[in-house]
Amino acid sequence: MTTNARIKKLIDDNEVLLFMKGNPTFPQCGFSSLACQALGALDTSFETIDVLQDPEIREGIKVFSNWPTIPQLYIRGEFIGGADIIRELYESGELAKKISKE
Amino acid sequence: MLQAIEIQKIIEAQLKCHFIKVSGDDGTHFDAVIVSDVFKGQTMIKQHQQVYLALGSMMQNEIHALSIKTYTPDEWSQINK
Repeated sequence: MTTNARIKKLIDDNEVLLFMKGNPTFPQCGFSSLACQALGALDTSFETIDVLQDPEIREGIKVFSNWPTIPQLYIRGEFIGGADIIRELYESGELAKKISKE
Repeated sequence: MLQAIEIQKIIEAQLKCHFIKVSGDDGTHFDAVIVSDVFKGQTMIKQHQQVYLALGSMMQNEIHALSIKTYTPDEWSQINK
């Protein structure tokens, strides 16, 4: 499977998916940590992909999303953004709405 | 060491800014506040993508971390009332 196809499948298979550095217990970067905290504060389950464990995904996701940085959040297939956007949406309550919308 | 003002100049050169301030003094972590007409009607993703586009390969190399806040001039004047 190509990297692109792998990324597509990950996004399709997981409703709320965060590409990050490290994992929620041991985030390896302040921005990834912040993204996890925002999602953790909402009443939702989410999956994470540690891009440090997978160089192909790490580079591939930047091209896939046309976004040069990690973390990156996808909700039901939609690219939501990086850490700054996640924080802004969290603070405005929009993130909770996006997650809960059926 | 990379200076905040250098990043600011590069963004300014590519993007017509109503106001811009890039700060950060450790050479790798920076904060940018950018106000531009260009952002009108755009999603936050698109706004940030334009800033990233202006910085090009610097995002992959020199700049380890850049926090971005984007505003249209109208939003900016509301905030600074």
